[in-house]
Amino acid sequence: MWIRKKHPWEIPESEVTDYQVYLNRRQFINGAAGLAAATAMPLSFAAKEPTGAAFENLQQSGFSTEEKLTTYESITTYNNFYEFGTDKESPSALAANFPDRSEPWMINIDGECDKPGQYDYNELIQSQTLEERIYRLRCVEGWSMVIPWVGFPLADLLKQAQPNSKAKFVEFTTLYDPEQMPGQRRRVLNWPYLEGLRMDEAMNPLTLLAVGLYGREMPGQNGAPIRLVVPWKYGFKSIKSIVRIRFVEKMPLTAWVQANASEYGFYSNVNPEVDHPRWSQRRERRIGEFLKRETLMFNGYGDQVAELYSGMDLKRYF
Amino acid sequence: MKKHLTRLKALVFCISLLPFIWLSYALLTDQLGANPIEAVTRDTGLWALRFILVTLLISPIRKLTGINEFIRFRRMLGLFAFFYASLHMLLYIGLDQFFDVQEIWVDIIKRPFITVGFISFLLLIPLTITSTDKMIKRLGGRRWKKLHYLIYLIVVLSSVHFYMLVKQDKTEPLIYLLIVSLLLGFRVVGQRRRHQAAGS
Repeated sequence: MWIRKKHPWEIPESEVTDYQVYLNRRQFINGAAGLAAATAMPLSFAAKEPTGAAFENLQQSGFSTEEKLTTYESITTYNNFYEFGTDKESPSALAANFPDRSEPWMINIDGECDKPGQYDYNELIQSQTLEERIYRLRCVEGWSMVIPWVGFPLADLLKQAQPNSKAKFVEFTTLYDPEQMPGQRRRVLNWPYLEGLRMDEAMNPLTLLAVGLYGREMPGQNGAPIRLVVPWKYGFKSIKSIVRIRFVEKMPLTAWVQANASEYGFYSNVNPEVDHPRWSQRRERRIGEFLKRETLMFNGYGDQVAELYSGMDLKRYF
Repeated sequence: MKKHLTRLKALVFCISLLPFIWLSYALLTDQLGANPIEAVTRDTGLWALRFILVTLLISPIRKLTGINEFIRFRRMLGLFAFFYASLHMLLYIGLDQFFDVQEIWVDIIKRPFITVGFISFLLLIPLTITSTDKMIKRLGGRRWKKLHYLIYLIVVLSSVHFYMLVKQDKTEPLIYLLIVSLLLGFRVVGQRRRHQAAGS
């Protein structure tokens, strides 16, 4: 029989802090400190007001809509982020401290380009001019929001890598780390989450790499620290928590196409004329509104992007 | 004994009303999250399915415990299933489609999960109408019983409706389908035993 000998510096298992408790330490500290004062604290994990570090000197974008903003609370408590669970509430409950901001977050850019590289998130945002862009977001499930993102055009970063003539598509990958992302312990999707854009879609000035919302750094549940925002496509195209950007020749096999190719296509442009096989896409419920509204072609961004698809049969290439 | 039963019935009635009270309260105090209409529509549907399952649980419990009194609650629980199913339906018609008959019709024809859910609701109606003592007498026990076998079809359709509408993570509807198959399996086994007993 093998007997495990303890080193003198080892502490007994019983004294080890449970990993979940460790992960939630900030919440615990906040909770303990606030408990005395907050007898009227709501039964919610997420903040009603923005809490992250604020960005300064944000440029205002001409692409912004003037529609009424969805509340910060709704944007940060109603999330589809399967890496933290498949219901809408789990991401805000489990990703409040994601990622550990004391650790560096690296983004690899490689594939068909002349200058591949590894970018540190903090250095990257220092080198970019950040702007605020207020975009509509339309989820494939039939709801929508208006979100003030903070970010910079994806094209600015892609140009630095100097894609070569073989680069026809851009592939994005989310972090794979079941320790930090408990939803990845179940194979609901084929992890890591993978998305892609055609080169011209990726270079379109509307396509944003977002690092924050409501003027502050991105909350974990919304895809911290850095995510894609493609406002004329259904929300799932806007991949969260990106660690890799790769130039490729062939169309990437995205996570949702892998999961169900008959229901989700590579393009997934917002299109009221093309139904999801199980429900109509003609209307949407804007979060915070009572009546549904008509869904707009390309989510209302046709002026900027319709020409990308001229001559294409959008029923076939859904 | 009778007084005892009346009290118990009142208690079951109040408990069955709790989901409705909670949902109304949560809706009015804004506790259903960012998309409350979706939440109440989903939850009333789930409660309808749960009440159908509870009615189907009565017979097995009766047989396993030998306490026949359980059957006295079945009608009320079945009516609650219809109550929650009606709320579910009204929320869909009113708040999802805004009474747009044309659009609802297209939905029923084109979307299999809505077709299945709609049929399931329609089938509940005759069971509700024939739930009174008077109707049982009028139909006669055997015919009434035959008609009410529809509940087996309804429970299958309702849980399939749930399974079909879920986007990707099918765990929850699969649990319901498992419960349904257990409840139906219990009856199949019971039937067989009775047949065997009668044959031997």
